[in-house]
Formats: sequence, structure tokens, C-alpha cells
Amino acid sequence: MLLDLFLTFAKIGFFTFGGGYAMISMIENICVERKQWITHDEMMNVTVIAESTPGPIAINCATFVGYKKAGFLGAIIATLGIIVPSFIVIYIISMFLDNFLEITIIANAFKGIKIAVGILILDAGITMVKKMQKKAFPQTIMICSLIAMLAINIFAWNFSSIALMLIAAVVSLSIYVAKGAPEQKGGAKK
Amino acid sequence: MIYLDLLLGFLRVGLFAFGGAYGAIPLIRDVVLSYGWLTDEALTYMIAVSESTPGPIMVNLATYVGSSQAGFLGAVIATFAVVLPSFVIILLVMIALKNLLKNRYTQAILRGVKPCIIGIIMATGVFMVLNNTIGLNKNFDCDIKAIILTIVLATLMFVSKPILKKKISPIMFIVVAAFCGIVVYGL
Repeated sequence: MLLDLFLTFAKIGFFTFGGGYAMISMIENICVERKQWITHDEMMNVTVIAESTPGPIAINCATFVGYKKAGFLGAIIATLGIIVPSFIVIYIISMFLDNFLEITIIANAFKGIKIAVGILILDAGITMVKKMQKKAFPQTIMICSLIAMLAINIFAWNFSSIALMLIAAVVSLSIYVAKGAPEQKGGAKK
Repeated sequence: MIYLDLLLGFLRVGLFAFGGAYGAIPLIRDVVLSYGWLTDEALTYMIAVSESTPGPIMVNLATYVGSSQAGFLGAVIATFAVVLPSFVIILLVMIALKNLLKNRYTQAILRGVKPCIIGIIMATGVFMVLNNTIGLNKNFDCDIKAIILTIVLATLMFVSKPILKKKISPIMFIVVAAFCGIVVYGL
């Protein structure tokens, strides 16, 4: 079982490009449909939990499935399985990247790639804004933190984005408490 | 000590990186730049490499930064640190705190944190695009070729969707950008 867990998650780790969300569909495909380790509902649950907890989403899923199937050890094994392939690939790349970049044509390619990365991040942000609730409260927080973070970046202020998140947490919690923590149960819906 | 710095730095990333890889990138930038581990430029390259190689982007970045700063052991420590918080939190949620996430105060906190992260991601994207083109903190050193490339690539990203009915994949996008880079900067 443990070996099976390790190999399955290593396979998922090795064959999914593009990070978290690509992995979720792969995990769903293998762990729910083929291996039937967890049910579809459990998978949905863990996705929701993964979105509300920090860290890589794929790690959250692997830990969950591993624990479900084989307890604490299973959780460790499945998580290791996801990590080991990308660790090896990146470790090898890290040894060669600097030499690689001295080749002119590759350096030029990376100048183009650098621009693509900015656009990719911007696009991810825009997609999230579109999915956000169209309410005054989240939009205000979003815009305030956008402006604050932009200022921090431009003027190279020594102020971490974590501090910004903690401020948002405190503000949101205080408003909720000040309102008398009322009516709606279950909180924000997606 | 570098190992301790890597451990603490990436624990911080792992603990606060809500919202997947793109939520983590601003945090990793913060940590990496404040310790002076990589230049902004090197980090950007590495983000692209992490996008184009298998595995969670956060893990890839941690492995790379760790390895570049302190070899194999550094890579192991940074990777371990970035994963540990989410591993522990999921176990806690499964074993002991089944209702924690449904708790209304937790929800109230998340209601504030989530849009804040979206703002941070947007700001990071906007900043990177502006910095590449009009050199925001490089004395407004405009790069005409970069401006042209940005316009071309942004058009590709935002116009491809309605035409192709499907968004261009990040890897494909990076490959196209690499090709454009070779053409534009090579001439």
C-alpha cells in the first residue's frame, strides 16, 4: 500500500505541469476514478479545504489521500511522492541554469520569457478578480491591498505582504465582530 | 546561518501562501529579495522554469532557491520548509479541527485575507509588467523591444481566449515568448 501510494503520487508529481489546479484533475482521475481510494465528495471537500488553507494545493490533496489510506505514515509517503520528482528535476536544472544563461540565444529567449511571466501573473490575478464576489467589502480590500502592494514594490519599502494579509485579516474580523457577529451562518459562499 | 534563514524564510512562505502558486509568488519574491538570495531577474527566470517543469510551482521555487544558496542540503531544507505548514494543517484539520474552517470567525478572517491576496497578486503582475517595460525602479529606463514584446504577448494572452475558445496554456505561452525573445533580441 505504501509503495503504491508513493509511486502513484510520484507519477502525478512527474506528469503534471502548470501547478496546483492541473494536479487536482489528475488526482481526481487517478485516486477517485481508477484506484477508488477516496470518493468524489471527499475530493471536493479536500479541494475546498485546500483553498482555505495555505500551501501548495497538490500537497494538501496528497496529504489528505495518504492519511485516509494509511494514516500518518501514508500522509508522509504520499506527500513525499508528489515532491520527489520535481525536486530532482529542479535540482538538476539549478546546477546548469547559470551556465545555460551565458549562451546568447538562451539569454535572449529568457528575456522574452521574463515578459511572459509578468503577463501570466497579471492574468492569474485578473481571473481571480473576475471570480470574486461583486460586493463592496471584498472589492475594497482587494483595491486597497493592490495599491498598497504596488507602492511597496515601486518604492521598495521594507514592508512584507504577510503584514498586509494580517492587516486584512484583522480588519475583516473586527468588522464582523463589530457588526455583532450576526445572522448568516456558514460565511462566504463561492 | 543560511540553513536557518532558508528554513524560516520558506516556512513563512508555506504558512501564508493561500490561493495556490500565484499567491505564493509575491511571498517568495518578498523573502528572496529581502534576504538578497536572488536578483529580481533571476527569480523571474526561475518562475518560468517552475511553470514549465512538473510539480507544484511553490515546491520547484523552494528547491531552486535552496539549491542556489546552499547546495543539496539547502534545497532539501527549503523544500521541507515550504511543504511542512500545509502538511501539518491538513492533518490537524482532518484529525482534530473538522469544524475550524466552518467556524464563522475563521470565515470572517478568510473573507478579508482572500481578496487581499488577489490584490497582492494583481499588484505583483502590474509591477512586473511595468518594470520590464518602462523600468519603474530602474530610473525609468525604457526598453522599446520589451514594450513591443509586451504588447504582442498580452494580445496573445487576452485575445486568444475568445478566438480559440480556450486559454493558451502557460507552458505554450512561455515557449512562444522564448521564441519571440530570440527573434526580437537576436536581431
